[in-house]
Amino acid sequence: MSDFTSEFWNIYIIVLSLLGIIGCGVLLYSQSKIKVAPGAPADGTTGHVWDDDLKELNTPMPRWWMWLFYITIVFALAYLFLYPGLGTYAGKLGWKSTGQYEEELKKAEADYGPLFNKYLRQDLKTVAADPQALAIGQRLFLTYCAQCHGSDARGNKGFPNLTDRDWLYGGEPDVIKTTILHGRNGQMPPMGAALGSETDIENVAHYVLSLSGSTADPIKSVLGKSKFGACMACHGVDGKGNQQLGAPNLTDKIWLYGGSADTIMETIRKGRNNTMPAFGEFLGESKVHVLSAYVWSLSNPQPAAK
Amino acid sequence: MSEPQVIQMYAAREQIYPREAKGRYATWRWVCLWLTQLAFYGLPWLSWNGRQALLFDLTTRKFYIFGVVLWPQDFIYLAALLIICAYLLFLVTAIAGRVWCGFACPQTVYTEIFMWVERKIEGTRSARMALDKQGPSLRKTAKKTTKHLAWGAIALWTGFTFVGYFTPIKELAHEVSTLNFGPWEWFWVLFYSLATYGNAGWLREQVCKYMCPYARFQSAMFDQDTLIVSYDAKRGEPRGALNKRAASGDAQLGACIDCSLCVQVCPTGIDIRKGLQYECIGCAACVDACNSVMDKIKRPRGLVRYSTDHALANNFDSKQIRRRAMRPRVLIYTAILALITIAVCSSLFLRTPLKLDVIRDRGSLGREVEDGMIENVYRLQIMNTSEQRQTYRITVDGLPGLTLLTRDEVTVEPTETLAWPIRLRAPHGVGEKGSNKIGIALTSLADASLHVHEKAVFFVPR
Repeated sequence: MSDFTSEFWNIYIIVLSLLGIIGCGVLLYSQSKIKVAPGAPADGTTGHVWDDDLKELNTPMPRWWMWLFYITIVFALAYLFLYPGLGTYAGKLGWKSTGQYEEELKKAEADYGPLFNKYLRQDLKTVAADPQALAIGQRLFLTYCAQCHGSDARGNKGFPNLTDRDWLYGGEPDVIKTTILHGRNGQMPPMGAALGSETDIENVAHYVLSLSGSTADPIKSVLGKSKFGACMACHGVDGKGNQQLGAPNLTDKIWLYGGSADTIMETIRKGRNNTMPAFGEFLGESKVHVLSAYVWSLSNPQPAAK
Repeated sequence: MSEPQVIQMYAAREQIYPREAKGRYATWRWVCLWLTQLAFYGLPWLSWNGRQALLFDLTTRKFYIFGVVLWPQDFIYLAALLIICAYLLFLVTAIAGRVWCGFACPQTVYTEIFMWVERKIEGTRSARMALDKQGPSLRKTAKKTTKHLAWGAIALWTGFTFVGYFTPIKELAHEVSTLNFGPWEWFWVLFYSLATYGNAGWLREQVCKYMCPYARFQSAMFDQDTLIVSYDAKRGEPRGALNKRAASGDAQLGACIDCSLCVQVCPTGIDIRKGLQYECIGCAACVDACNSVMDKIKRPRGLVRYSTDHALANNFDSKQIRRRAMRPRVLIYTAILALITIAVCSSLFLRTPLKLDVIRDRGSLGREVEDGMIENVYRLQIMNTSEQRQTYRITVDGLPGLTLLTRDEVTVEPTETLAWPIRLRAPHGVGEKGSNKIGIALTSLADASLHVHEKAVFFVPR
């Protein structure tokens, strides 16, 4: 840990960088002219002799080339003065990659902000009737939502279908916006212990199946009905669910995790825990506004948008 | 004890004052100069279908070349163009040496323009040398200032034209009046201007001698049958000045009268009579100079001429030189060049201005819906690279009963990209568990030849 807190490595880097640059300058200066012993013949060689007779021919570079080398040294020193590079020294200009990112964000906000703000001032249903807004909404959806809900918004196991009119928390435009802004955390507690034996779980599962008119064992479902009281607190007396709690309606044939008896038993036994992340802070309200209008339009097709 | 000698490892440059050469090759150089520069300065001003004919739009990454719009996905054409240029260089160099350097290279061409300006303002070679030698004077300052202003004007115009290939030049011209360039436009106009001014005004032959990589590797394409600017030593030696000829006996002397005009006209400051040197850019200014002298002393032309090593050694005539040009190296270069050119042209001609990428939804492999039917979701990335709005019909194939549930027609605006989600459904029991190969095709309603077919995978859950 002391490696990261002591000043040693900072100084080590600074010294090494500066010595390297100065070393380049010294080398350049010392090698730009050489002295040979007096009286040596002027034969156009550098005066070096190897292996008795091997001589190095002097083909001088143009002098402006040497000045280019000096310029790179000046450039390097100026760079290290202005920008971060010397150990932890932050540079005179205070440039940071995060700062640059934030500036670009600011610029994008200035470029696109007015467009989004125009929509933000409109009612969600009005936005949903605007083809341009829907095109933007679709792009946002494909970027941020399609990973879970699918490019066609029809969802997947554990991720709700957004194109039907069945909503866990409500399908009004404002509710959709709240869901996207703040996220949701849906919890179905494990009910295995509360219901009793594995047979009880199976019976309740068959009762749940019977609610939506799916194929169910009539005897098991009658037996299960007596145990359904434990579920009513959330799913309601009639099993139609409760959008305040995000408790799904059990009387339709739409199943978030699957509608087979086995899957339903698993759901009852172990419970479910599901999260829709909050996008409010990440995307900002104006983008969420357009996105909400798009999501709402999926189950409420607008005549203008075809 | 004497002082040790000091050897400089970096040499100061010796200023070269090339004398103006007139003759057949100088005329050819000016023809090349006019052709290349008319193209360079003129092309960005041409219009095509209401837009700039030649525009490389880097912000939207669309490259307009007359009727063709290239996208970054067409990068291969740029690579092909560079390969063609490279082989053209190999071929020309193998046959006739560094004629590109001497006649068409921008470095030569701009240097020629800048030297012309210099001649008009400061006078001939001797006048220029005299001017540089004398101390500061009003006349010298005036001449030098005028020259640099004229150079600067040409350079700025060049920089402006260069940027005009990347940002619409007519808008740019409008911005000139108010100097209302964007930061990058400013940078590139000034940078390219400075490069022109510096390279053509100051660096000149230094670019060819020390900076240009082509100059160095072109010698690898040379052989003994390559045409090079050469001095016919058999005819020329021993040299003798004209005024001493009578005394030493004209008959014993060669044709070279040692007038040194060939050295004075050389833009790289070499003496061609020493044979082929790496500095020689093959501009043939010395040929023009020597021919004019031979005309004056009434001797046959061609003491310095385009010839080959073999021809000089064996006294080949031009017919024999031409026959020897058809050697394996040249034929191979020609064959490869022709092959690549034909391939690129036909691929460019046959190319469909429509691209399709099929992107599977990664979140869900395949979903089971009612009656055990399987649904897969894809996103079609449709790139309409034509300049017309297009409506395409989407069709799918590869599995029996595979149907498209989403709309089967999609409209894409000109040169736009559209992300279009589609949903495919296969009946229960069709296909293998796991991946099944299918195809997704787009066909333009207006033009059935506008058609692409992409491979995709349909996933049936296990």
